[in-house]
Amino acid sequence: MIRPMIRPMIRPMIRQSFARAYLGLILIFLYAPIAVMAVMSLNASEFYALPFRFSTEWYERLFTNDEILAAAWRSVWIALVVAVIATGLGTMATLALWRHDFPGKRILQALLFPPIAVPWLITGTAMLIFFFGLGIGRGTPAVIIGHVALALPYVIVTVFARMQSFDRTLEEAARSLGARPMTVARRVILPHAAPGIIAGGLFAFAVSFDQFVVSYFLAEPGDSTLPVLIYSAIRKGFTPEINAVSTLIILLSMAIMILAARYARFGGTR
Amino acid sequence: MSGVRVEGLSKSYGPTKALEDVTLTFPDGGFFGLLGPSGSGKTTLLRAIAGFVQPDRGRIFIGDQPVEGTAVEDRNIGMVFQSYALFPNMTVAENIAFGLEVRRIPPADRARRVAEVLELVQLGPLGNRKPSELSGGQRQRVAMARAIVTRPKVLLLDEPLSALDRALRVEMQIELKRIQREVGITTIFVTHDQEEALTLSDQIGILKDGRLVRHGPPRAVYDDPQDAFTARFLGEANILTGMVEAAGLRLADGTLLPGITSAGVALRPEAITVSLDEPASPHRILAHLRQRIFSGAMGTCILDWQGQTLKLTAPDRALGDLPESGGPMVWLSWAAGAALPLRDPP
Repeated sequence: MIRPMIRPMIRPMIRQSFARAYLGLILIFLYAPIAVMAVMSLNASEFYALPFRFSTEWYERLFTNDEILAAAWRSVWIALVVAVIATGLGTMATLALWRHDFPGKRILQALLFPPIAVPWLITGTAMLIFFFGLGIGRGTPAVIIGHVALALPYVIVTVFARMQSFDRTLEEAARSLGARPMTVARRVILPHAAPGIIAGGLFAFAVSFDQFVVSYFLAEPGDSTLPVLIYSAIRKGFTPEINAVSTLIILLSMAIMILAARYARFGGTR
Repeated sequence: MSGVRVEGLSKSYGPTKALEDVTLTFPDGGFFGLLGPSGSGKTTLLRAIAGFVQPDRGRIFIGDQPVEGTAVEDRNIGMVFQSYALFPNMTVAENIAFGLEVRRIPPADRARRVAEVLELVQLGPLGNRKPSELSGGQRQRVAMARAIVTRPKVLLLDEPLSALDRALRVEMQIELKRIQREVGITTIFVTHDQEEALTLSDQIGILKDGRLVRHGPPRAVYDDPQDAFTARFLGEANILTGMVEAAGLRLADGTLLPGITSAGVALRPEAITVSLDEPASPHRILAHLRQRIFSGAMGTCILDWQGQTLKLTAPDRALGDLPESGGPMVWLSWAAGAALPLRDPP
C-alpha cells in the first residue's frame, strides 16, 4: 500500500541526483586537465614531480621569452583587427538581412552556417590554395582575412538573434517624429543591437585568438601567432613555460566568453 | 484650414481590398473616430495618412498640402501606437525631446517645451524615469506627450487605449479628450470600441470591408443609422423587416406600422417599452418573453418574435413584476419616431 505513495516522491529525487552526478562528471572532464595544467604551471619541478612546490619561475621565464611575447602580442593585435573588421562587416550584413527582403536572401542566410561545421583543416587548406591563386600568399594579411571569414558567421548569428527582439513599431515611431533613416539607425536600431554587436565582437576576438589550424596554414614561419608557436614548442620539447602561457590564454578566453555570454544573454532577454 | 482630407483612396493586398474608394474630410481641430470591425480598413486608412502605407489610388491632403510623395518623416505628424513604442534606452524626457532634437530645436527651447508638455499630461516629476519604470497609464501619457510636443499638423492615434484595463481606459478617455482640446490638433483616432468612439469623437466614420459606410457626429449617426450594419455596429439594434404598403410597413406577424416607408426599421433596446396590457399606440408588437435578466440598476429582456430574438433594456423598476422566465406574451411598444428607418434592410 505504501509503495505507490512513495514512488512518485523517490523518482524525482533519484532523477535529480543522477542529473547532478552527470553534470559533475561533465565539469570534471572539461576542467580537470585545465586545472592540472594550471597547477603544474605553478610547480617548481620541470618534470612534474610531486609533491607540489609553489613557484612563479615559469611565469618569470615566460615574460622574459621574447619569442613567446612577440607571438602573444601578434595574436592579440590580429584578434583585435579581426574583431573590428568582422563586427563591422557582420553587423552591416545582419542589418541588411534583417531589414530587407531580396532575391536569394534565404540561400545566403542558409550558406552562412555550413562554414561553422566544416573542419578547419579543410577550410585552412582551401584558403591557402585560394590565397596563393589570388597572389596574396601566406603572411599576416592572409591570416587576418582568413580569421575574418571564420568569425563572420558567429557575429551574424549573434547580432541577428539580438535583432529578433526588436519592436519594429519603434522604427515607425521614430519616423513619425521626423527622424530620417540614418538617425533611426543611429538612435533606435543600433542601441538595441549594441549588446549583440559587443557579444559578436568578443566572439570574433576569441575565434581569432584561439585559432590554430587556419593560422598554421596561413602564417609565415617567422611570424607565428601564439597557438602556432606553442605547437612548434611542444614538438621541440614540453616545458612548464607552455603550461604557464596556456593557463594565461585559457583565463583570457574564458573571460571573453563569460563577457560575451552576458551581453548575448543566451536564452533570455534583459 | 489645416484639416486632413482623403479622396478616392484605395489599397489592395492581393485579392483583399483594404480600402476602397474612401473619400472623407477630417475637420480642422476636430476629434475624428474611425471605427469598424477588424479587417475593415480603419488602420490601413490611418497608416496611409501617416505614410506607412502607399495607397494604390487616391489623394491625401494634410492641411491642404498633397502628401502622396512625401515620406513619413516629412509629413509633420504625431502618432501614438497601440504598444506606445517608447524608446526603451531613453528616459521619458529624452523620448519626448526626440522629435524636437531631429528638428534641430536649440537645447534650451527643447527643455522648456518638454517641461511644458510634461505638465500638460501631468507627468511633471517623471522626466528622468525610463519607460520600463512607468505604469501603463503613464506610458500612454508619455506617448501622447511625445506625439504632440512637435506641434504636428495631425495627431494619429492607433487604438491607443486598448492595452489598458477598463477603469484606467475610462480615465484616459477623459484625459485624452482634455489634452486634445487644450492643444487643438486635428486628431484621427482608430478604435474597435464603439463606446470609446462615441465618448471621444466630435465626428465618427464607420468602415466595413474597406468602404466608408457612414460618417457624421456620433449622436446623429446613432439616432439615424440609415443602414443595418451601422445600426448594429454602433450600439445595439433590433431589426424588424416587412413589406412596404401605402399605409406603412406591414410586418411578418401582420402588424402595420403606420407612416413608415422603408422595408426595415431599427429599434434601440432602450427605446422599447414592455407591458402585459395592450398599449393604445399602433407602434407595438406581441412577443414571447423568454428571459428577464437582472443586472443592478438596469434590466434586460430577451424576447422571441416571429422566430427572431429581440432585446430590450430598461431601468429594472420599469420592468415591474414581469417574471424572470416562463414565457408569457408581452406587448412591446415604442414612440413613433423611435423606429429608425433603414435603407438597406438585410
